[in-house]
Amino acid sequence: MSDLGDLYQQTILDHNRNPRNFRRLEKANRTAEGHNPNCGDRIKVFVQLAGDTINDIGFQMPDGAGCAISKASASLMTTAVKGKPVAEAETLFQAFRDMLSGGPIAPGKLAAFGGVRAFPARVKCANLAWHALHAALRNESDPVTTESARDF
Amino acid sequence: MLDTSIRADFPILARKEHGHRLVYLDNAATTQKPRQVLDAILNYYSTSNANVHRGAYGLAVAATEAYEGARGVIARFVNAWAVEGVVFTRGTTEGINLVAGSWGRANVKAGDTVVVTAMDHHSNLVPWQMLCAEQGATLRMVEVTADGRIDLLDFGRALEARPRLVAFPYVSNSLGTVNPAAELTRLAHAAGAVVVVDGAQATPHLRVDVQALGCDFYALSGHKMLGPMGSGALIAKPALLEAMPPYHGGGEMIERVWDDHSTWNQIPHKFEGGTPNVEGAVGLAAAVAYLERIGMDKIAEHEQTLARQAIERLSQIEGVTIYGPKDHRAGVVPFTYGDIHPHDLATILDRDGVCIRAGHHCTQPLMRRLGVPATARASFYVYNGVDDIDALVAAVRKAGELFGVVTA
Repeated sequence: MSDLGDLYQQTILDHNRNPRNFRRLEKANRTAEGHNPNCGDRIKVFVQLAGDTINDIGFQMPDGAGCAISKASASLMTTAVKGKPVAEAETLFQAFRDMLSGGPIAPGKLAAFGGVRAFPARVKCANLAWHALHAALRNESDPVTTESARDF
Repeated sequence: MLDTSIRADFPILARKEHGHRLVYLDNAATTQKPRQVLDAILNYYSTSNANVHRGAYGLAVAATEAYEGARGVIARFVNAWAVEGVVFTRGTTEGINLVAGSWGRANVKAGDTVVVTAMDHHSNLVPWQMLCAEQGATLRMVEVTADGRIDLLDFGRALEARPRLVAFPYVSNSLGTVNPAAELTRLAHAAGAVVVVDGAQATPHLRVDVQALGCDFYALSGHKMLGPMGSGALIAKPALLEAMPPYHGGGEMIERVWDDHSTWNQIPHKFEGGTPNVEGAVGLAAAVAYLERIGMDKIAEHEQTLARQAIERLSQIEGVTIYGPKDHRAGVVPFTYGDIHPHDLATILDRDGVCIRAGHHCTQPLMRRLGVPATARASFYVYNGVDDIDALVAAVRKAGELFGVVTA
């Protein structure tokens, strides 16, 4: 049986308490918004692309709060893709998504979210930020929702 | 207080959740079903199933008697104006949509005002938004006070527009507030409005007398009062129903059908197009019989005692905030705990078998006014006991230990 500790690993609790890159990026040239209509969580992702590289990235949760899973996932995502080429960020997104749908554990600190697999009701929380990033990188202007995203 | 031996009537309560006893505290969302209701449904299909109102054979008569008998049970339970003033619906949402789609379209015109409150469930808000958009009418939302009651001053101001219709909840699903429904109705009538009461959260938990309330329409849901999902009723003054156009066209709701037009059946059948949910009606009647055997006054007292204790004990935890009024509240306890998001709280509680709701509770305008994106909500019913509050409080404390709560 999965334990609460598997879900709320120290890395996740830490990123929830002290989210990294938790700021609006004034010089962003790509932004996108993600929305989980089930719980009302909203996230805005700001990306500064320089050529094909994610030069800087930030996020905000416009309603002031998100759950620990969505917030920590957004925070870890920003640290994982900052300074990386767009193609590598998309590869990480794919690996993260695969992990949450039962595939192999994603690389690096993203592995901390492996425990979410045992909590199906929370998978959308973990995916929210990544969908927003994906939309920002593709320059999609409509907010993405966890309902319209096909891969849930 | 009711004795917890009542749990033996509810088979689902034997379920183990992550190795723990199931502590079901999401009764404002839906309630569990006693064996008596399950048996009534099984018995209906085992002995009396046929299509109603049309068969010329004995079995069809039995099915019709079961269905119409259930209507009489519901009518007596809420003291309806007449048995034909009870329209079976899929639940409160359909009941309110019926009023908006039928009475509303016929009576609300461009420039008219419809009044709702900031504590209305989306089901008593969105149908009126849709109606007003369609008719070019104005929707006026009455504010709530800081402690979660309808702001009576603002209610009075809203009535100055002489609205065509006023809608409000008897009991708030998000806050547990028991609104002064008779008084609000009296004020709205004095301003010339028709009154729609959302009874989804009141009917299961307190003695309802629609004639004493004096409203015009009263909608209820069966599944929130031990009955089956997809069962419910709209209780209305017969004269209003008589004057209203039909809602759904189809079989059963007609009198005679010509090539290019039809005439309508008598009420309530005029509003029950298509084969009805007979199993739902029969199950709901069994639920009413079950509740009446306990007694609605006892149920109200039981839940209020549990809510009081839960509020008292949760309040002792540093960082817990309780929402809603101090008194005049039903067995609904909305709370937040420091900066722990309610969804995380619900996940942690679930591991101890404690089921609570986390989110906006289908009241997003209210959440904006409370200044929180979401709350956790524990809500009680007949089978809950003090041991459920013990489990709730222990699990909330555990969440605090896991997260290390930072209080604002």
